[in-house]
Amino acid sequence: MSLEYENDGALHAKLIEEVLSQYPDKTAKRRKKHLNVAKSGDEAGEEGEVLSECDVKSNIKSIPGVMTIRGCAYAGSKGVVWGPVKDMVHISHGPVGCGQYSWSQRRNYYVGTTGIDTFGTMQFTSDFQEKDIVFGGDKKLEQIIDEIEELFPLNKGITVQSECPIGLIGDDTEAVSRKKAKEIEKTIVPVRCEGFRGVSQSLGHHIANDAIRDWVFEKRDVEFEGGPYDVNVVGDYNIGGDAWASRILLEEIGLRVVGNWSGDATLAEIERAPKAKLNLIHCYRSMNYICRHMEEKYGIAWMEYNFFGPSQIEASLRKIAKHFGPEIEEKTEKVIAKYRPLIEEVIAKYRPRLEGNTVMLYVGGLRPRHVITAYEDLGMVIVGTGYEFGHNDDYQRTAHYVKNGTLIYDDVTGYELEKFIEGVRPNLVGSGIKEKYPVQKMGIPFRQMHSWDYSGPYHGYDGFAVFARDVDLAINNPVWGLFEAPWKRRPSHGRAMAAE
Amino acid sequence: MPQSAEKILDHAPLFREPEYRQMLAEKKLNFECPHQDQVVTDQREFTETWEYREKNFAREALVINPAKACQPLGAVFAATGFERTMPFVHGSQGCVAYYRSHLSRHFKEPASAVSSSMTEDAAVFGGLKNMVDGLANTYKLYDPKMIAVSTTCMAEVIGDDLHSFIENAKEEGSVPRDFDVPFAHTPAFVGSHVDGYDVTVKGILEHFWKGQERTEALGTINIIPGFDGFCVGNNRELKRLLDLMGVSYTFIQDASDQFDTPSDGEYRMYDGGTKIQDVKNALNAEATLSLQHYNTRKTLEYCEEVGQATASFHYPLGVQATDEFLVEVSAISGKEIPEAIRLERGRLVDAMADSQSWLHGRKYALYGDPDFVHAMARFIMETGGEPTHCLATNGTKAWEDEMKELLASSPFGKEAQVWAGKDLWAMRSLLFTEPVDLLIGNSYGKYLERDTGTPLIRLMFPIFDRHHHHRFALMGYQGGLRVLTTILDKIFDKLDRETSETGVTDYSYDLTR
Repeated sequence: MSLEYENDGALHAKLIEEVLSQYPDKTAKRRKKHLNVAKSGDEAGEEGEVLSECDVKSNIKSIPGVMTIRGCAYAGSKGVVWGPVKDMVHISHGPVGCGQYSWSQRRNYYVGTTGIDTFGTMQFTSDFQEKDIVFGGDKKLEQIIDEIEELFPLNKGITVQSECPIGLIGDDTEAVSRKKAKEIEKTIVPVRCEGFRGVSQSLGHHIANDAIRDWVFEKRDVEFEGGPYDVNVVGDYNIGGDAWASRILLEEIGLRVVGNWSGDATLAEIERAPKAKLNLIHCYRSMNYICRHMEEKYGIAWMEYNFFGPSQIEASLRKIAKHFGPEIEEKTEKVIAKYRPLIEEVIAKYRPRLEGNTVMLYVGGLRPRHVITAYEDLGMVIVGTGYEFGHNDDYQRTAHYVKNGTLIYDDVTGYELEKFIEGVRPNLVGSGIKEKYPVQKMGIPFRQMHSWDYSGPYHGYDGFAVFARDVDLAINNPVWGLFEAPWKRRPSHGRAMAAE
Repeated sequence: MPQSAEKILDHAPLFREPEYRQMLAEKKLNFECPHQDQVVTDQREFTETWEYREKNFAREALVINPAKACQPLGAVFAATGFERTMPFVHGSQGCVAYYRSHLSRHFKEPASAVSSSMTEDAAVFGGLKNMVDGLANTYKLYDPKMIAVSTTCMAEVIGDDLHSFIENAKEEGSVPRDFDVPFAHTPAFVGSHVDGYDVTVKGILEHFWKGQERTEALGTINIIPGFDGFCVGNNRELKRLLDLMGVSYTFIQDASDQFDTPSDGEYRMYDGGTKIQDVKNALNAEATLSLQHYNTRKTLEYCEEVGQATASFHYPLGVQATDEFLVEVSAISGKEIPEAIRLERGRLVDAMADSQSWLHGRKYALYGDPDFVHAMARFIMETGGEPTHCLATNGTKAWEDEMKELLASSPFGKEAQVWAGKDLWAMRSLLFTEPVDLLIGNSYGKYLERDTGTPLIRLMFPIFDRHHHHRFALMGYQGGLRVLTTILDKIFDKLDRETSETGVTDYSYDLTR
């Protein structure tokens, strides 16, 4: 269902020139490497081949003072990888803020009795005071672990998510973790995700992955009977229930999802992962590290897939099925056929309302590329996309998705994004909470593509229907036609369609 | 298949469908290694007991669900209340992403701030280069009139010296020599967001006032509102009252327009805020009044040092607190309180009299910033309610004493307890062991509402899950009317819900209440 279109590369190149001209020279030189206009995705080579035209510098330090949208390593570990593991207590170790601002904000859904056997939407902090900075926080951490055991005895383990000061004052959270783990006979995972490490969330993902390898795998006896169709879903954080809308499909095609990382996950699901037959990785950026490790150490193959939009879901289901052979392939065709009427109806309903609308994306992880075809399934056109914390391998993978002339921006600054949006005037922008309100003030519809704007799921067939509905309600709401007072009115650009 | 194009189900209904319920039940059973249901139930019931409360209150190190944020959030909020001012936070960049998100989620508005993006090398060598480059970029890109610098804990731990760094940056031409770059050190491991607010406002005043000659302008007043999630409604309401009185005043720090820009096609990165010239002139004011004492302790000290009279209030809300504020303003300005305001007061009292039977004897648990809790406790007592639990995670010993004094002043405060430094997990125990009718706080309170069944009224920053409340005033008599109505709505809605069962309880489902 892929759309044939080309973007206005010349306009985009001009916009890049314009924004660069506003920077101090030194900064312009550095930013220039992060901005580009893509050459046709059709001309993309084999996976892994670098397309110079789509190539931008990535995963390097943000420039001071430009208003980067990026977060930090702590956000990558506590906020993304570890935070969703529901039956463990995650201590935000350091001052109060980090844990407070990330408390309950990622919408990684789970089922459990919060505060009793699950702890996801809670904020545990060591609330560092000046004396802890001066004298160190190791003793305090020990006491905190005791108090957690006393008040939350049903926890299955604890992680220590280090905030900036921990690494600077020389605390030894590893030693404390080792000692206390022995004492309470539970898993304790120190994660060195101090916010100043690395250049973005990305290093936090990596450190969090390494912590799984070093502090969870092979630490306790795992009693688990494996089966031939066992898979782990890796890098699905169950935002608004994404992982559930994916799991239902994987189970329908005959697979057994023994672990979901890390949305709605339990420690047990992580511990037994090495016993699975295949790792299915959705968010490559945040969890490829541990998949590579499991491949090397346990010989478990891994496979990237994409559950956004019917084109990619079908292709992914078939790719996954092929790995397991004819029996699963046959079931897979039945599942695809079963959902096809739903998808046809959803597209018949929404495509006429969205056809030709242009979209700019700026997100993190996998989404700047993975969601592109979901929009295209609805007849929409992606004019620009970029990653908060992508690496070179992400941009390589992006080349397969984007069309000629697409504006590419890495670690975009607030200034650039505003100017690009003003210049392109897309019909929809998909980005984060910090971007939402500036864009809407310009009269441009917006959807948060980190939190699904408090909606979801967006994964799977069930999720695609929600996605289509949400895109429609964002673009076709009558409010966009009310921006101009009648006594100041220019020719109208607002339009609306009533919900059906 | 639960999903259909005709009626699309999102997460709320979708996962209640039988296919998903079964799937989740099997996931739990086969893969999660859960505790047995009885064990979970026993533990849940145990957390509701006095025994658990004692364990919970014996905690010394662990903090669970605190109701406070860190200093730089207050610094960013404070800086935002000045004309074309860009908040610049020196340290790790992730912090700034958090502050911006936090403010945007509450106000449903843009929140701009920049970071000096310090990483590991800066941790070793210091962040001077980050400051030099950062100021140059911010100045060039975002066309500010002022850049207000604060710090994250990272920069504080390594001991970066803002004053000398800014001087260095000016030497290197990052910004013009005479460009305003006030600063404040705001370590996250000291105090809370209210203190970050305090030192930032103080830093800005010092920047403009230091070494300047003060010529007292009699009768003029500075107003410092403090960190206030309801600044949009409150500041405008207070200005209306002051205008009615004809007072000559300056709001020092006013984010009411910045966090309430119109949608008309133009994105305004900066809007409103205290004019730089007005900040300079404010040195001459006869007095500086703080609307939130615990947000301005250091700032008011400084105002006294320069020779101004000062007075501070606790979030003037309700009848007597508003009375006191207006009387003080009148005394300093020499302006009389006009009849129109007396009538407004009478209307609030009228409303309270009309509804008193529904309010008398109600028990409340309150939490939030120290001044807000003081204000609410006082207003609750004015309505005949009892502020049974008054909790401020960032409340100090001085606050505790002041609260006790307030509570002792009324028979309705006799049973009340003050919880300085406690968190919302402590509040959870309190709501089980010493239950109340209503809980007043912010969005985080929804977990307490879920666990304990105590209805939550959201009147305090941050409010993420209800929209636009912050656009309406809580302060003044008009604000009191809104607080009153909000409380009453909660009471009536609950009563209606409890009495609405047809043929069972609906005899009490009264049409008129």
